[in-house]
Amino acid sequence: MTTPDNLKYTKTHEWVRQEPDGTATVGITFHAQDMLGDIVFVEHPAVGRQVKQGEECGVIESVKAAADIYAPLSGEIVAINRELDDAPEKINQDAYGAWMFRIKPDNSAEFAGLLDAKAYRQVAESGKR
Amino acid sequence: MLPPLKRTPLNEAHREMGAKLIDFAGWEMPLSYGSQIEEHHSVRRDAGMFDVSHMLVLDVRGAGARDFLRFLLANNVERLREPGKALYSCMLNEEGGVLDDLIVYFLAEDWFRLVVNAGTAERDCAWIGAQRDRRARQLEIAPRRDLAMIAVQGPLAREKTWRALPDSRAATERLGAFCAAAWLDALIARTGYTGEDGFEIMLPGGKAAALWRALAAQGVAPAGLAARDTLRLEAGMNLYGQDMDEGTSPLESGLAWTVELGSLREFIGKQPLLARPVRCQLTGLVLLDRGVMRARQKVSTARGAGEITSGGFSPTLNRSIALARVPREVRPGDEVEVEVRDRRLHAKVVKPPFVRNGNVLINLEPRRTQSTQRT
Repeated sequence: MTTPDNLKYTKTHEWVRQEPDGTATVGITFHAQDMLGDIVFVEHPAVGRQVKQGEECGVIESVKAAADIYAPLSGEIVAINRELDDAPEKINQDAYGAWMFRIKPDNSAEFAGLLDAKAYRQVAESGKR
Repeated sequence: MLPPLKRTPLNEAHREMGAKLIDFAGWEMPLSYGSQIEEHHSVRRDAGMFDVSHMLVLDVRGAGARDFLRFLLANNVERLREPGKALYSCMLNEEGGVLDDLIVYFLAEDWFRLVVNAGTAERDCAWIGAQRDRRARQLEIAPRRDLAMIAVQGPLAREKTWRALPDSRAATERLGAFCAAAWLDALIARTGYTGEDGFEIMLPGGKAAALWRALAAQGVAPAGLAARDTLRLEAGMNLYGQDMDEGTSPLESGLAWTVELGSLREFIGKQPLLARPVRCQLTGLVLLDRGVMRARQKVSTARGAGEITSGGFSPTLNRSIALARVPREVRPGDEVEVEVRDRRLHAKVVKPPFVRNGNVLINLEPRRTQSTQRT
C-alpha cells in the first residue's frame, strides 16, 4: 500500500498519524522517498522547538538532492527518531514505519484540515511539490 | 515546443528493466533501475553496465589526420604509436578554455576516432569542421550515429564480457589500459569512467540490444547515470560542464597532466595558457560533519574563497565528497568550511582520486558527531 488510508497527508508529501496520547507522528510518504531516491542523511528539528504549520523544520538528503521537511501542524516538537541518523535508508525501505518526529499540536482543528489518502493520491499523481 | 527526446538503440531494454528515464542533454537516458547505491556497489564489487550511446563517436579519416589532431587537441597524439592506443585530451578554444574533454583512439595513420560528450556534440562537430576547413580540407569528419556504446565496468567486467562474447576473448585478453582492439564490426576498448577495470564497446546500433541482454544474462547489473556520476566522482574524474567548461582553464581544473605545454608543438589555446597565471586548482574535499556537499556551494579556506564544482554522497566512503576549485596555495590536509544551505560545515582537503579499483585511497577520519538538529 503506497498511500495508507488511515493516515493524513500534506501537499508537501509528509504523512501524519494521530496518536492516542494526542501527539502526531510525522514522516515522508512512499511517493516522496521514491522521487528522492536513496536517502543518505536526515537533519532533525530540535526537540522542544515550537513550529508553525508549513514551517521548514528539517532536511532529508538523498544521493540526488536535498529536500526540506515542513511541519504539518503547529506545535512543539516532542520527539525525533534518532534511529535514522545511522540508518537513513530505513525511509526508503519502510516510508510509513520510519517516522521522523512527533509534534504536540497546539490546535487539533489543524489536523482535520490535512489531506486524506484519496486527496493525497491526486497530489502525488499530479507530480507537483 | 521542445523537440522529442532522442533515444538510443537500448531504450526498449531500459524500459523492460524498469529504468527511471530522464532528459540528459536531449536524450532519454536511464537515471537508475532501482537503487543507484546498489548499482554503484555492483560496479565497485562485481560488474555493471551503462548505455553511453548518447556520446558521439567521430571518425577523422584521411591523410594528415595525425597532424590535424596535433593542432586540435591539448594532449599530444604523438604519444599514440600502436594501433588501438587511446589518449584522454581536452579540446580548447582560442582563449584556452575547455570546449570539451574526449578520448582519441589511433586506429590507423589515416583513421583516428574521437568520443565526445553528448551535451557538446553539436558544438564539437561545428568547431572541428571549421578547423578542418581552415587547415586540412582533405580530411573527412564522420559522426557515427550508427554506432551504440556500452560501458561494462567493475572487477569482473572483462570476465563477464568474455562469457557474453566468448569469441572476443582472444582479441581483447591482452589489451592494456587505454588500448582498444577491433573485433568483427565492434571496437572494444579497455577504458571507462568509473575508476574500475572494464571495457567500453562501440558496435553497430542494431546489435547493441542483443549484447546488453547477453551481458545481463551473465549477471552484469544495468546501471544508470546517477551511479555513473557517483562512481566518476569517487574516481576523481571531471565532468564536463560542471568541473570545467569553455570559461575555465584546464590548468585550473585538475587537467594540467593532459596539457602538453613543455614542447615546441603549437595547438589551439596554448599561448593564452602560457600567458595567464594559474591562480586556482581543482582539489578533493571530504566532509567531516554530517550532511551532503553539492555543486556551486561556497568554500572558505585560509587562502581565500572557492567553490564546489561537483559534490555528493560517496557510497563507498559512506560520506560526502566533492571536487572544489580553490586557491592554488591550499594544500591536502587543510581544513576548510563549506556553506551547506544555512550551515557552515567542516571539510578536509584531499588529493583525488578518492577510490580506485575498489580501494579507498584517502585517509578517512572518523565523522564528527556534531549536532544534526536545527533550531
